[in-house]
Amino acid sequence: MVGILEDKDRIFTNLYGFHDWGVEGAKQRGAWNATKDMLDLGRDWIINNVKASGLRGRGGAGFSTGLKWSFMPKEVKDRPHYLVINADESEPATCKDREIMRHDPHLLIEGALIASFAMQAHACYIYLRGEYVLERERMEAAVKQAYEAKLIGKDNVHGWDFDVYIHHGAGAYICGEETALLESLEGKKGQPRLKPPFPAGAGLYGCPTTVNNVESIAVVGTILRRGADWFASFGRPNNTGTKLMSLSGHVNTPCVVEEAMSIPLRQLIEDHGGGVRGGWSNLKAIIPGGASCPVITREQAETVLMDFDSMREMRSSLGTAGVTVMDQSTDIVKAIARISYFFKHESCGQCTPCREGTGWMWRVLERMAVGEADPSEIDLLLDVAGQVEGHTICALGDAAAWPVQGLIRHFRHEIEERIANYRSRRANFAGHAIAAE
Amino acid sequence: MSVRRLAKEQPASFAFSKATMEKAEWWIKKYPESRRQSAVIPILWLVQKQEGWVSEPAIRAIAELLDMAFIRVLEVATFYTMFMLEPVGKTALIQVCGTTPCMLRGANELMKVCKEKIGPKDHLSADGRFTWQEVECLGACSNAPMAQINDYYYEDLTPETMAQIIDDFAAGKSPKPGSYAGRHTSAPTGGAKTLLDPKLYDGSAAKPIKKLPNSDPAPVEKAPA
Repeated sequence: MVGILEDKDRIFTNLYGFHDWGVEGAKQRGAWNATKDMLDLGRDWIINNVKASGLRGRGGAGFSTGLKWSFMPKEVKDRPHYLVINADESEPATCKDREIMRHDPHLLIEGALIASFAMQAHACYIYLRGEYVLERERMEAAVKQAYEAKLIGKDNVHGWDFDVYIHHGAGAYICGEETALLESLEGKKGQPRLKPPFPAGAGLYGCPTTVNNVESIAVVGTILRRGADWFASFGRPNNTGTKLMSLSGHVNTPCVVEEAMSIPLRQLIEDHGGGVRGGWSNLKAIIPGGASCPVITREQAETVLMDFDSMREMRSSLGTAGVTVMDQSTDIVKAIARISYFFKHESCGQCTPCREGTGWMWRVLERMAVGEADPSEIDLLLDVAGQVEGHTICALGDAAAWPVQGLIRHFRHEIEERIANYRSRRANFAGHAIAAE
Repeated sequence: MSVRRLAKEQPASFAFSKATMEKAEWWIKKYPESRRQSAVIPILWLVQKQEGWVSEPAIRAIAELLDMAFIRVLEVATFYTMFMLEPVGKTALIQVCGTTPCMLRGANELMKVCKEKIGPKDHLSADGRFTWQEVECLGACSNAPMAQINDYYYEDLTPETMAQIIDDFAAGKSPKPGSYAGRHTSAPTGGAKTLLDPKLYDGSAAKPIKKLPNSDPAPVEKAPA
């Protein structure tokens, strides 16, 4: 057997699309089974079980999903409640929600019904990133099937009137931030809102709203069918469940796979990724959870587990469990500079520290990648990263600062060597004269 | 942030085609009566599908359709990078992902091929048939390097397959989207190592469940807050 998780315990049984994604195929694999019984057991039963399963949000932040649901008002007053599903999967190295939407869309629709019932919402919007055209067509088709089978819609077999609407964006990473997503869904620029008020108080159209990641919602039906204890039996306490993980970069067989939480990172790479290209000793660094997570070194990767707490101990983050592996041939400074360019490109421009800081950090890193910099600029770069972090409305500023901080924490010597090498080849060097702009 | 402006040369007018209008009405119905504005991104996208790009007269027409101020549509069109503000290749718009996971697996080589075959990035090719761009993460990182061509994803590319795909488009063919490394979606090369248990697919999961777990007595809250 490869990995830790056994086939019988996988939630996404059509992850690779070898089987029918449609409603009949999904039912054969267990979707829509006993959904009505779950609703009959009531809202509190659903929310308590999701809490007891230990499910933490799968979109990166890792907040308890059941707890988030319980923040919604207990009674529906003058304003309707909404569930919004965040399918704006854009964090570099993350490509898991895509597999759910194109291969197991009914698990998502079923989860949306259960979650909406628990929060007394009669409507759910699923916000896909604009580039996911195939995924959108598939979701539209699956939603149509669900309406035709009376699984959702008015007077459906589950006894809770419920509409699902597919919406899409148009290429803005920032719309993965929940309030930017809501702005975008309202037909505006995707610029994050100041909080409070939080979406549970005033979200979409000013109504109580919960925004959840695709994977967080899609696992709910199976958790309730098999029991919170079943889900909680995987992974370490506080880090329970199964999780889709994606492997990219310098592994022999990149893939997406569902694994038990807390699987050792090294085992994940060797069992599912076919090992690091050129062997484990050829490993240089790993970005464990999407571009915003600080890099970790080979030594750290030897012991770290794929869960929230273990990654935090390494001063990194599990994020979305999108693992990018970099072997010894990698120009690590250039690799992080490219991430900085990404954040510069995706900053919404609303907060000055992020709008100016992301571009500044990128330009300095590009110079450092060739060595055309002054050694003192390394500390200056750290200082600027610290000024961006925590001083913006949303977490994009933090996300832009963390990879830079991680790079300097572990690979400062490489930048210094680069600068020294650059100078040793020149009688005059430009670096000392270039201001960081 | 990226600076995005409308093209200098603009057409004199724009009209929704019948099909675009029908689709636009379908989108508008998805939102509450007083929230037509929500449909602005999908309708900009429809217009781009109709015309190939988004022009100023089109933005004005959309503003009128949705009861929005012109500036509100303009700021949306310029904020979101999937809207092409000038004409692009009619045969193929090639968007190569250049972000780190794709870069590590050879995106720069793909872009070299595009440059040789089509010309500088973000420019319409001389014959007006092709445009190529470097874009940010497209979310298919386990199938890197990849490119989005027109609507769909072409994955696990090499300089050779990239060149072949461009040649095929140029020859009027429609190359198939998906992986070009002979693997199925995001399953590992050489075949899936998981999801092999036939019991998952024999229908046993569809048997009626007599009683859901933890349904009697009502479960006690035990998750940490």
